[in-house]
Amino acid sequence: MAKATIPIRSANAPSNAFEYFSTKKDEFVGWARKFSLFPYPFVTACCAMEFMAVSSSPYDTDRFGAALPRFSPRQSDLLMVVGTLTHKQAPVLLRVYEQMCEPKWVMAFGACATSGGFYQNYAAVAGIDKIIPVDIYVPGCPPRPETVIDAIMMLQDRIAGSRHPIITENF
Amino acid sequence: MAAAILDLMQQQLVAAGGEVSLSHGMLVVVVPRADLLGTVRRLKSEFGFDLFLDVTAVDWPDRTPRFDVVHHFYSTTHMIRIRLKIRIPESEPSVDSLVSLYGSANFMERECHDMYGIVFRGNPDLRPILLYEGFVGHPLRKDYPKLQEQPLVPYRT
Repeated sequence: MAKATIPIRSANAPSNAFEYFSTKKDEFVGWARKFSLFPYPFVTACCAMEFMAVSSSPYDTDRFGAALPRFSPRQSDLLMVVGTLTHKQAPVLLRVYEQMCEPKWVMAFGACATSGGFYQNYAAVAGIDKIIPVDIYVPGCPPRPETVIDAIMMLQDRIAGSRHPIITENF
Repeated sequence: MAAAILDLMQQQLVAAGGEVSLSHGMLVVVVPRADLLGTVRRLKSEFGFDLFLDVTAVDWPDRTPRFDVVHHFYSTTHMIRIRLKIRIPESEPSVDSLVSLYGSANFMERECHDMYGIVFRGNPDLRPILLYEGFVGHPLRKDYPKLQEQPLVPYRT
């Protein structure tokens, strides 16, 4: 009767450490990135009040590593477009988005940023996704802080579950 | 005091060729276009209307003349308001600027020029203030299409 044996690697076989780390790399980088979402608040309208409420201590977005607003787009990961976007401001938003370094994510905060809200006229852009790609939409006029926290958590899940190539075409 | 001033103004401005009525206790004077500067100068020097509140316009698409240009003034000594209206035609939508009397008229006239296309003669700087360079048309006119957008950034697909 053959005894089950533990396979023993020979001493000069190549190490599997590199394979192990390269398969776990996306998981590790995703874990690191999901807890360091530095937001850039692009605040244009009344949703700013709710943004301030979200940033205040009772809701404690520091739990998610998303409590440190960077007022330079070059240092931030998450572009939060808070409020109505007008056609006059659209070039500014596009420029801010283009100045952000990869990887970057965009949150449309509130009904106006999502779809234009109740504005349908010469002045307002009907949703910032006509100008820049959006990763997550937060409904509400304005959204409750819980909605924003839910959105941050959903975004974290998405970051943790996605691939994180070190070198991309945008590198 | 205020009533006395109102009576005085009513008598004098009617004599000067204006149409006068009362709306919610506020004096409303329709003045001919040529008399605007003279009337406002008198309001400022003789009746103490030292605060220029706003200038805007009203578009009556079925009426000739088509536009009303509406000025509001306030007197901080008598604490009363007055409203001046000038009727102007669509073919030549222009009135005299009040910048020489009230410096604050500058930005308000620029806004009115943006939204209604009223030309304020004598305003030194009628660039767009709320709209942007290249915007065609005047969005608060009734014949501006309600859904017409003029985006500065091309939309993504």
